[in-house]
Amino acid sequence: MAEEMRIVLRNYGKIDPLKIDDYIAVGGYNALNKARSMKPADLINEVKSSNLRGRGGAGFNCGVKWNFAYMAQADQKYVICNADEGEPGTYKDRLIMEGDPQSLLEGMAICAHAIGATQGFIYCRGEYPSVVKTLNMAIAQATEKGVLGDFSIEVRMGAGAYVCGEETALIESIEGKRGEPRIKPPFPPVVGLWGKPTIVNNVETFANIPAIVEKGAAWYAGIGTPSYPGTKIVTLTGDVVNKTFFEVPTDTTIREVIFDFGGGIPDGKGFKAVQIGGTSGAFIPAANLDTPIGFDAMTEIGAVLGSGAVFVLNDTRDIVDVTARIAKFFAHESCGKCAPCREGTMRMHDLMDKINSGRGKSADVALLNKLGRVMSYSCLCGLGQAAPAPVMTTIEHFPADYNAKLV
Amino acid sequence: MINVTIDGIKASVPDGSTILQAAKDVGINIPTLCYHPDQSVKANCRVCVCEVEGNRLLQAACSQPVYEGMVIKTRTPKVIEARKTILELILSNHPQDCLSCIRNENCELQSLAAEYFVRDNPFELKIRGLVKDLSTPSLFRDPDKCILCRRCIEACTVIQTVNALGLEGRGSHAMVVPSLGKDLIDSPCIMCGQCIHACPVGAIGEVEDIDKLLAAIADPEMVVVTQIAPAVRLALSEEIGMNTGDLPMEVFVAGLKQIGFDHVLHTNFTADLTILEEGNELLKRLSTGGTLPMFTSCSPGWINFCETFYPDLLDNLSTCKSPQQMFGALVKTYWAEKMGIDPSKIFSVSIMPCVAKKYEAARPEMNASGYRDVDIVLTTREIGRLFRMSGIDFRKLPPQPFSPWMGEYTGAAVIFGATGGVMEAALRTVYEVVMQETLDDVNFSVARGFEGIKEAEVDLKGTVVKVAIAHGLSHARKLMDQVRAGESPYHFIEIMACPGGCVGGGGQPITKANVKRIERLDAIYIEDEAMPIRKSHENAEVKQIYEDFLHEPLGHKSHELLHTHYHAKNKRFL
Repeated sequence: MAEEMRIVLRNYGKIDPLKIDDYIAVGGYNALNKARSMKPADLINEVKSSNLRGRGGAGFNCGVKWNFAYMAQADQKYVICNADEGEPGTYKDRLIMEGDPQSLLEGMAICAHAIGATQGFIYCRGEYPSVVKTLNMAIAQATEKGVLGDFSIEVRMGAGAYVCGEETALIESIEGKRGEPRIKPPFPPVVGLWGKPTIVNNVETFANIPAIVEKGAAWYAGIGTPSYPGTKIVTLTGDVVNKTFFEVPTDTTIREVIFDFGGGIPDGKGFKAVQIGGTSGAFIPAANLDTPIGFDAMTEIGAVLGSGAVFVLNDTRDIVDVTARIAKFFAHESCGKCAPCREGTMRMHDLMDKINSGRGKSADVALLNKLGRVMSYSCLCGLGQAAPAPVMTTIEHFPADYNAKLV
Repeated sequence: MINVTIDGIKASVPDGSTILQAAKDVGINIPTLCYHPDQSVKANCRVCVCEVEGNRLLQAACSQPVYEGMVIKTRTPKVIEARKTILELILSNHPQDCLSCIRNENCELQSLAAEYFVRDNPFELKIRGLVKDLSTPSLFRDPDKCILCRRCIEACTVIQTVNALGLEGRGSHAMVVPSLGKDLIDSPCIMCGQCIHACPVGAIGEVEDIDKLLAAIADPEMVVVTQIAPAVRLALSEEIGMNTGDLPMEVFVAGLKQIGFDHVLHTNFTADLTILEEGNELLKRLSTGGTLPMFTSCSPGWINFCETFYPDLLDNLSTCKSPQQMFGALVKTYWAEKMGIDPSKIFSVSIMPCVAKKYEAARPEMNASGYRDVDIVLTTREIGRLFRMSGIDFRKLPPQPFSPWMGEYTGAAVIFGATGGVMEAALRTVYEVVMQETLDDVNFSVARGFEGIKEAEVDLKGTVVKVAIAHGLSHARKLMDQVRAGESPYHFIEIMACPGGCVGGGGQPITKANVKRIERLDAIYIEDEAMPIRKSHENAEVKQIYEDFLHEPLGHKSHELLHTHYHAKNKRFL
């Protein structure tokens, strides 16, 4: 049986998150001190060769990203932590922020040293007011201890918009504007917050940094699957016995996550499908359960690792109904900026609703496929590009469920 | 230069080009909808998407810069399916009343629907059912037609710095709305109508008064008299299938007579008159320590802007009414008397490049004649519609003269239609009045051109008069802030609300790009050059009106009929 491996959750439950001394006592801020003894370019190379890839969902090589901001010439640079954890079923960032906030601050401070930034922001999900308190307390303690040096961190709260998890929409929101994605390029490492080079990384990404700096890139690169090394926190919801979280190496398979760690499907029912990565993730059928959760392996089966949310459905669930609700979510959360997402998510919901209520025809299913296909490569940002995935994958893998509802 | 391949064609294009520009260079036209040549790139309609080799995602041609070795495909099945589907999505949410839409046959969405032969839209028609905003006498909004390209918002907030339009709601509930109020009239809107030019569809348009005109023409009791503003003729040519400036003035007059106007006169006459009044007002302010700098007052959008955003600077505004309203006050007094026509029977029409003029004519103070001075205002676009309806071939129509007393004009009046024109006209007259000598060269080229702010100095017998000119209110705001801060070096400032001045007015033929405005500016100076008289104070009919009626500039009669006062608009947002 596969085993948990805690890197980002190394201190979770072991220290008092509200006492910085506890964190320091277990070696906290050693990595920052080590990083500060290194040249930024060497530090970035270390992160690069660890092959750490972003844990927010896009999976971009973290060191490469930092290098763009490092190379950019500017009088001011920023480090932003994306803590707008809005994917339904995902609470990994909350675990880190609640259980070990200093590891996040340390990761951000290392990044600041690498790229030459003195100001950081944590953009925290609006529904996490208690986390904001914890973070502010942690920042106050770190400031008082002087461990952050000239790097200061401010917490900003979101206001509930899912799209603000998209990094450029998040930046707009910090700037006080409507939360809407920007046109890319330019990318934030070159033109970011207030036009300055900005690194936006996820909470889980930053929490990995101190461990990588301390133990070395080679150690990290050897964990899990080589193309996406390290661990991933998975949060299990739905029809699974252990509705809880685990931090597992990235070569762990979906089957191991659900049936070993998760304890399988309760009440003697069978497995129907699992949606991984959050609401915009693909639904995965039983045939693909032996896929490792690493980024590229998931991409190969037309799925994503995303946020690491694992939403399990047993064989009595109405998957068309579930998908219709998901479509409603996206119609609600589209920011309205680009036409294919604004109109497309609304139409997708209409069509799903029509089918789900028994009024749909096979032409509607075909239209959903066409619409989804176009949205997936025409929309301005990841929200619109990913929104069709649940619809298209359920149509692909569970056509009988759809056919049963058509007139 | 960057080497790219577009649809198999190898090309070398300038650094920093977008796919859209690069494609244009090699002769490939990529469709656009939210794109506007004079605005920031929005990339929100996604109609211009193209395939880029090595990229799963399609890229918006308007925003994606090219890179070395880029291979672009602009019309693959994937691209065409995407564009057509996006058009279907937009159209399924858009009223299908093209035939009765104000932008029928002049609509970017309609053209695209035709180009991509959208026939049986697979998406069910779903109109939002939003309420039309008919709160202003100048422009209406039809939010159901809005496709959320946001070009109007940029025109309003960036080009005009008025901020009357903004976004509300998310997703399919997103709407462009007047800010801080339910209706446009309660917003800071100054009714310049630049949003109309920016709109690709019929979501914003002018309030039409054609029916009122037709009713007056049909009434045998009424004498229908019209004035024509300086910038109308050259742009009207565009509305009737001619090149800018090609419609001769006397043929325009003949066309109006064909439609049923009894008398055609010219706003240019009162433009010349304005120069006499305003020039003397400036000299008086200079010599008596009056409030300086003095601002011109011809542009009603600008007046609304000043009343709304700079109510503390109203004393700086010239008290001269705009040429339209001077004309209105005189046509039912002086002209009626000269012609022996009962002023109550005069239906006073004004043909303007402007939608704010409709609001100006409806101001309660604009009834100096004892009647409403200007009964209706028709825009260049509305006259274009009337002319198209008339079935007249203007190439074959024999010319006709203006009616007497208020039809003569000079080159100085002609250039009122251009940014800097009022200033140049004023300088021609003020110089000769003060210096008592004839100008060798009447061309003040420093006042010309499309630059946002222009400035000049004129030496008048030892007094150096500093002047500035701004068009487009974002530029005007810079000069106003200087005045407000007490740091303005100027004595006289000309401001036109619209980019280019009246040639780019909100009532002109739909003008998508500034290059068109510049073309019209050129046409104006060609017309000025060709005029036998180019200085306002040499206008014989103007001399006549001072002799017979007004007696002197700034005199008692002038004060009564030609000058006005301004009101701070105490709106909630101030």
